[in-house]
Amino acid sequence: MSSEQDHLKETDTEARFEFKKEERSAVKSDKGLTEEVVRLISEDKDEPEWMLERRLRALKQYQNMPMPTDWPGQPDLTELDIEEIVPYIRPDVDKREGVDDWTELPDEIKDTFDKLGIPEAEKNALSGVGAQYESEVVYQNMQEQWEEKGVIFMNMDRAVQEHPEIVKEHFMTTCVPPSDNKFAALHGAVWSGGSFVYVPEGVTVNMPVQAYFRMNSEGMGQFEHTLIVAEEGSEVHYIEGCSAPKYGTHNLHSGGVEVFVGEDAHVQYSTVQNWSKNTFNLNTKRAIVEANGTMEWVSGSMGSKATMLYPCSILKGRGATDTHITIAFAGEGQDIDTGAKVYHNAPETSSTIESKSISKDGGRTNYRGLVHIADGAENSSTAVECDALMFDNESTSDTMPYMEIEESKVDVAHEATVGKIGDEDIFYLQSRGLDDDDAKKMIVAGFIEPITEELPIEYAVELNRLIELEMEGSLG
Amino acid sequence: MARLELNNLHAEVAEGDEKILEGVNLEVESGEIHALMGPNGSGKSTTAKVIAGHPAYEVTDGEVLLHLEEDEFGEEIEIDEDQRTWNLLDLEPNERAALGIFLGFQYPAEIDGVTMTNFLRTALNAKIEEREELFEGEEGDDEDEADEGFETSPMEGPADEGEVGVAEFQEILQEKMEALDMDERFAQRYLNAGFSGGEKKQNEVLQAAILEPSIAVLDEIDSGLDIDRLQDVSAGINALRDEQGTGILQITHYQRILDYVEPDHVHVMLDGQIAKSGDASLAAELEDKGYDWVREEVYGTA
Repeated sequence: MSSEQDHLKETDTEARFEFKKEERSAVKSDKGLTEEVVRLISEDKDEPEWMLERRLRALKQYQNMPMPTDWPGQPDLTELDIEEIVPYIRPDVDKREGVDDWTELPDEIKDTFDKLGIPEAEKNALSGVGAQYESEVVYQNMQEQWEEKGVIFMNMDRAVQEHPEIVKEHFMTTCVPPSDNKFAALHGAVWSGGSFVYVPEGVTVNMPVQAYFRMNSEGMGQFEHTLIVAEEGSEVHYIEGCSAPKYGTHNLHSGGVEVFVGEDAHVQYSTVQNWSKNTFNLNTKRAIVEANGTMEWVSGSMGSKATMLYPCSILKGRGATDTHITIAFAGEGQDIDTGAKVYHNAPETSSTIESKSISKDGGRTNYRGLVHIADGAENSSTAVECDALMFDNESTSDTMPYMEIEESKVDVAHEATVGKIGDEDIFYLQSRGLDDDDAKKMIVAGFIEPITEELPIEYAVELNRLIELEMEGSLG
Repeated sequence: MARLELNNLHAEVAEGDEKILEGVNLEVESGEIHALMGPNGSGKSTTAKVIAGHPAYEVTDGEVLLHLEEDEFGEEIEIDEDQRTWNLLDLEPNERAALGIFLGFQYPAEIDGVTMTNFLRTALNAKIEEREELFEGEEGDDEDEADEGFETSPMEGPADEGEVGVAEFQEILQEKMEALDMDERFAQRYLNAGFSGGEKKQNEVLQAAILEPSIAVLDEIDSGLDIDRLQDVSAGINALRDEQGTGILQITHYQRILDYVEPDHVHVMLDGQIAKSGDASLAAELEDKGYDWVREEVYGTA
């Protein structure tokens, strides 16, 4: 074997994500979205009345909102039929709140996460792990040292029961209200699972916590909700990974993420998304950042049929900072529409957005971003850089960087590059001994290096490998 | 010992029918230093690129042969008699590299995000692996490993893959960089990205030193070099020949580098052919008189 790239190729196949497990569920809702289904979910979870009310209110909002169809250049959602999606499947496990020992899980579920490398990663590099299978978190564990410091990392359903005061205050209220968009409303009605993370004042969680979301059943929808509350001066890095096997019919993933970054707090939210190519991935992720707080979004969007995802930071307090690093990869039949939103609502706030996209075999990537600097947010600054790399003439890449600048004392920078992978670059590497495939892989790995260097090494390797797997589709 | 042989080489631009090479004959042997000179547009760079296999050129006639001896690649690879002559035109650029051809680029590519260390180790290991495939037909026996399952996490990075491991490679790299008087921070910089013109050229020689080619074609390695770096680069080229026995085909416009890298043979290219060959004194003559006298001598007209 000649190189890291080869190693990755040879120890892995796409089959790693493609395996399917026979569906064994304890409770499975009907298809479609009705009040009956929403009540069933809430009842099955034995939820307090206030949560049921929020769900029903969200359902009404969902029913009254039109599907988004008029965004310029938006992915085609006509094939997505919500009435055909099964929104809730509770896997057949003994403990409702999830176990903290992998061996207590049913074999087929344990095997799934083994293949995805989660238990191994937990041992090596993580402070805590949550693993969701279908609609429910089946495994949740955190190192004791963090528990002792008051850090909470539990599944969202359990948090509703055990920490109602925090959840009531923050759950889809000020950050992502259901009225935000049709899929946020849908999410509010049928959400299930996800993570609740609470970091007390002044606590730094020095290794990341991770949640992994796996959809196994055909035609289902996954609607996990993640709520992170980082108190003043605290620090945490949350990583989510997701995947699903491929089916002929469509799956829907519509997660909701709400992050509250306290004064001087620092939250990094990293996503490596590898949904199967029949999945519609339509999420709403948002953070509210208090004075001198820092929010970092790191997103790798590799899979799905269509993705619409624009993580948003609302810089509410003076001196708040946002960083967005996103990478998108679109192969044949994929439309990856991602970007970033930042609202500068206070003086001396700053944001940096760096977007890299790769398209090949007729795939399409689009950077769609909005930076809003409010009147009065003086001495704020924003820098946006979008780079696109195309493999061939069939693929497309668009850039839609919107800027709304209402304040004059600001510093705004924007750069965009679009290029095709260079024949001279490939030849240069070939002349040194790399074959055509490895040369292209090396160029792509270099292209996304600014992203991967932000991730813990395990995830950087994972991201690189996912991209190599995608590339092999056509390099063959 | 290896010998590169160009016979009646004709080539044109692949997209279009602009003829560039019109019958080049040239032989370069291990341990020799050849200088290839000639006016702009005479076909020097094209010759270099065709030898390395650049896809922008189409060879319409002639051949590029590489002759190897039994022990060209040391004791580990025994070269059978029927594997000693290769028609490079049948091979991919990376296969040519594996057989010991190196092209030093006039304008080296900048590959952002790929560190020198990662690139060079990958290249070195790719070359070793490809060589094994070419001579021993070793291919595909790694397939079994794919199904071994997931005993370790797939999220774990590759530790020490390839023939030459990370630690061993770093020693090699450090040694070669010292010999070329290169700052050790080069190792962690991205391949040619933001390098000055001189640094890029130095880097080309460094790559040759690490990949240990049998024949190195250096395309205007001396352009854009200040005098200090010219001396470093020249010392590097001489070391390639003296320490590794590499045969050098050096394309240049100037006598200057030839003061430091003394050629055994000097060739003058005109209109897609080698018009005249001689020893080092020919280069000095060209420096004095330009190319017109060669043209006159060959064609009987200026």
